[in-house]
Amino acid sequence: MADKVIYAMYDDDDTLMNGAKHLVKEGVKVSDVYSPMPLHGIDPIIGVEPTRLGIAAFLYGLTGTMLAIIGIRYMMIIDWPMNIGGKPNFSLHENMLSFVPIFFEFTVLCAAHGMAITYLLRNKTLPGMPARNPDPRTTDDKFIIEIKSSENAHIEDKKLSDLIKSTGFIEIEEKKY
Amino acid sequence: MHKEADIRLPLILGDKSYKDITEDIVKPIEGKAPKTWYLLFMISVVIALWGVGCIVYLLGTGVGVWGLNKTVGWAWDITNFVWWVGIGHAGTLISAVLLLFRQKWRFAINRAAEAMTIFAVMMAGLFPLIHMGRLWLGYWVFPLPNQFGSLWVNFNSPLLWDVFAISTYFSVSLVFWYIGLIPDFATIRDRVTKPLAKRVYKVLSFGWTGDAKAWNRFEIVSLVLAGLATPLVFSVHSIVSFDFATSVIPGWHTTIFPPYFVSGAVFSGFAMVQTLMLILRKAYKLEAYLHVKHVEYMNIVIIVTGSIVGVAYITELFVSWYSGVEYESYAFLNRATGPYWWSYWAMMTCNVISPQLFWFKKLRTSLMFSFFMSIVINIGMWFERFVIIVTSLHRDYVPSSWSYFHPTWVDIGVFMGTLGIFFVFYLLFSRYFPVMPIAELKTILKSSGKNYKEGYGHGKGYWDKHAEH
Repeated sequence: MADKVIYAMYDDDDTLMNGAKHLVKEGVKVSDVYSPMPLHGIDPIIGVEPTRLGIAAFLYGLTGTMLAIIGIRYMMIIDWPMNIGGKPNFSLHENMLSFVPIFFEFTVLCAAHGMAITYLLRNKTLPGMPARNPDPRTTDDKFIIEIKSSENAHIEDKKLSDLIKSTGFIEIEEKKY
Repeated sequence: MHKEADIRLPLILGDKSYKDITEDIVKPIEGKAPKTWYLLFMISVVIALWGVGCIVYLLGTGVGVWGLNKTVGWAWDITNFVWWVGIGHAGTLISAVLLLFRQKWRFAINRAAEAMTIFAVMMAGLFPLIHMGRLWLGYWVFPLPNQFGSLWVNFNSPLLWDVFAISTYFSVSLVFWYIGLIPDFATIRDRVTKPLAKRVYKVLSFGWTGDAKAWNRFEIVSLVLAGLATPLVFSVHSIVSFDFATSVIPGWHTTIFPPYFVSGAVFSGFAMVQTLMLILRKAYKLEAYLHVKHVEYMNIVIIVTGSIVGVAYITELFVSWYSGVEYESYAFLNRATGPYWWSYWAMMTCNVISPQLFWFKKLRTSLMFSFFMSIVINIGMWFERFVIIVTSLHRDYVPSSWSYFHPTWVDIGVFMGTLGIFFVFYLLFSRYFPVMPIAELKTILKSSGKNYKEGYGHGKGYWDKHAEH
């Protein structure tokens, strides 16, 4: 079945927010919202789940700490213990204090870069990727609600368009896929 | 929408709409560069080339072309290194620490300050590299498997901590900066009409769409990166201070160094932000977004960090006497009254006395005075590092080896050259990149914009009562 996608454009974030709230209350599934800036509070309305990137960052950080401990233990304790004024050089924990700064730095390095790479991949944002926003004005001052007819099969077309009409959009566009 | 008290001064002046924010910030990029930009760019390029020439001469001839001698083995090179790293502390502090504290005024300065950070850290990194004398062996600082036997770098050494700290700081700041830039590049991509510009910004914007999920991730990534970058900022300059503090040189061997260096770094970083932004706001007509209130906030940070630095100087003096170690006492007495008295008192005047003038509201809300002070502080902070490094070294334990450091033209040329390279990068940044975060400024328009706060002629608080949600 050909999918029909409706893009309703708004010139104010509050209008969009109220419109989305209204649509969702009437049982319409809003599949996405495009905006030039983060809209605080839109996620629970249209059912966007909180991202798990924070957890990912924690795991990347943990990996970094482990790698740093393993690496430094191998280089400084096992492979070539340095004799610095006869200080203990044969166990990790006795030497640990002076390794802490690099444990920390490496943790941050892995957490930050791991998360940043995951973020770019999950968003499908990589150098040269084509822009997928439905209208170039959504990165300037316009806001768009995206509604897919396949997700709203339970609502009659007439009722759906009436509902959308009541939200105060400034432009509307239908695309068939 | 986050509500804000009416008595708070608006952060965005004038009658601005979302469209205006885009226009105001993108216009300088789309239009032709003014003549002054070309003039400044040419001057910077010439100075940068001179600096590169000095570096090439230094590498070809050896570190002996610097004014270093047997007693003073570290001088301008490490002074410049610490100075640049210090300047590089404001950007990430502004975007990370101020993000955690939800300080919305950061949006006026964070983008440009982060750019400044990245360029400053690049300049800082140059000094330890050329100080090695053999630049092409610079990769030896990393723990790479090698053919010299089981030869690893020493993980006990603060100099190696520095390698990790600065490379982590640089790369994380770069990522933080770029992630913020992506949505703004998308704004430019969707506006520009010239085919080449469109193609370039298309690549730079990574295909950003601005859908709800992307913004959701964007906010969390910014928050978590801020959480990671905050201890990172403090660790970097702490580790730079360990380069000195873990040694046994009187005048360096002090436990107060880490907090003292970190606050000094923030102090000089904010001063440099002021120097650059006060010019940028005028040149790009962004006065509505960065005005007296922002400058006042920055000056308050300068008073706080400047006072911490002042207290640290005095504590250091007191402890040198109280410790009862004669070498320690002498090192400090010699700083204030020895042959380098002029640099010590330049430092004291610029860093301890002058920021206290900001207690006067009239002075801290004066743009001209703030600009003047930012230059004074930059000079003062350079002298701080010079005093710490050179005056501690020039008179060691054996009076027969006491000496005095004279910079050569190469010393001066390399330092000037890094200033030139820095400004080349900064001018290119301000020409082709959005100098303020367009998307994030839009998020504070309705809570901190002047027109919204005043209810569009309906009187204050109108929108609080009539906002529809």
